[in-house]
Amino acid sequence: MAGSCDSRARLMQGNECCCEAAILAGLKFFAGYPITPSSEIAEVLAERLPRVGGKFIQMEDEIASMAAVVGSSLTGAKSMTATSGPGFSLKQENLGFAAFTEVPCVVVNVQRTGPSTGLPTSPAQGDIMQARWGTHGDHPVVALYPSSVSEIFDITVKAFNIAEMLRTPVILLMDEVIAHMRERVIVPCADEVEVVDRVRPTVAPADYLPYDAASDGVPPMADFGTGYRWHATGLYHDVTGFPTSIPSKVDFLIRRLIAKVESRKKEITFTKSQYMDDARVAVVACGITARSARSAVRSAREKGIAAGLFQPQTIWPFPSEMIADIAGRVDRIIVPEMNMGQLVLEVERAAAGKCEVVGYSRVDGEPITPDEILARLEEV
Amino acid sequence: MRREIRLSGYGGQGLILAGIILAEAGMYDGHEVVQTQSYGPEARGGASKAEVIISSDPIDYPKVTAPDVVLIMSDAACARYACSVETGGTLIVDSGLVAQVPPTKGELYKVAITDVASKATGKTITANITALGVLNTIAKIVSPESLERAVAGRVPRGTQELNLKALRAGVEAAAALL
Repeated sequence: MAGSCDSRARLMQGNECCCEAAILAGLKFFAGYPITPSSEIAEVLAERLPRVGGKFIQMEDEIASMAAVVGSSLTGAKSMTATSGPGFSLKQENLGFAAFTEVPCVVVNVQRTGPSTGLPTSPAQGDIMQARWGTHGDHPVVALYPSSVSEIFDITVKAFNIAEMLRTPVILLMDEVIAHMRERVIVPCADEVEVVDRVRPTVAPADYLPYDAASDGVPPMADFGTGYRWHATGLYHDVTGFPTSIPSKVDFLIRRLIAKVESRKKEITFTKSQYMDDARVAVVACGITARSARSAVRSAREKGIAAGLFQPQTIWPFPSEMIADIAGRVDRIIVPEMNMGQLVLEVERAAAGKCEVVGYSRVDGEPITPDEILARLEEV
Repeated sequence: MRREIRLSGYGGQGLILAGIILAEAGMYDGHEVVQTQSYGPEARGGASKAEVIISSDPIDYPKVTAPDVVLIMSDAACARYACSVETGGTLIVDSGLVAQVPPTKGELYKVAITDVASKATGKTITANITALGVLNTIAKIVSPESLERAVAGRVPRGTQELNLKALRAGVEAAAALL
């Protein structure tokens, strides 16, 4: 592809950037039911996907969109859907099915103020816990959270790669502000982007056991329609893919699903730190709030306050070990977020009393400003 | 260097496109840029604003907090979004569309932007591009070359000449005031 690539700085909207990254990561199928503030993703992919040999379909609702994504991925196509709060709620059942049947896919949730229909087009960070526990039962989850348009590019590619590597749905949580704003992005050439594809079986169809996991806990996945016949079910199943209720097999399956993500935690945890080396007070923030925090921390440093920023880009699995380490080195952690206090619960759990943890909530549909965070830093 | 610009009017005037073009021109000049917008549910009408930050340093908080240049192209936009500027700032109003010019501590420029566009191209729809010519000539935000390049790159194919004509009409109208 070298030479034919038009790699250069482009002014791109967050949602548009997500689409470009998804295509470079190998996206071949999108099903969705457009909803603000994610609609541009459907709009752009409706035009772009057919040009790269992919398929776009607007389904009758969010539930069907998620079902179509699972079905498409079962045939071997990298698949994605995009939605916002109310739609994310509707997708939960099939999202759980995808996690349990180990079907790779990417689900974008551009958050808006909830609950229910909420405040369309206004930003919020209220789906942090829903991303982890939105679907019922124990299940593995990976959720990534970018804070700029160029981070959307990198994180979207990573979302697809992790989905393929671990055979699991990956949730891309975004903020309305980032999804709708335009920034400079250097779009890499296709050959500069590392792309991971799911492992496919090397055994003959007759010998294929669909849930016989390799040593990394991830079973090779055969594409439907290629002669490998297998059963994907939301019931507990054994290595053959058929239902089982034998306690030892039930226990084995759910523990394997959780372990396949937890065992690769280091590989899939992405974070950013600023001024953390000698910080006495740390701000832990995601997405748009991390940008305000970065500005606040810089202002605080100018005033002689030893402040630092820790920005988890991977929020699930939660980087508990890194938070525990920070909690052992600082006096206080401040957790600003655009909800009534969700991320702060995890930070408190991970800090385990080693330092003071203070939340700060803004829930009026407006982003938290640098001045608000600076005021909290000055309270120390 | 950090410039914060707010373009406000009603939905359908193309001010979000104008904001995108201004940000892109800033990017061509080698600066960090962020463009955001706010609008109501209406496809046409209602209040609409585009905000652009152009800076020599990375931009963290992407919203405009203290605009140094504000363009107003409707009375309703002025009522909905703060349209004043502080001392040293620049307020530009389309005098053909804005009846109530708010009191301001900044420097006020009145240009009948939509009329200028209409005379230059025969189409009021090009007023957003004329506004960019006016704004950039008065406030000197991006290089004129980058602005022309960004206009030509972002307007619908086949309308480049028309829009560049609208841009230049804005530049001339503003130059006459300086």
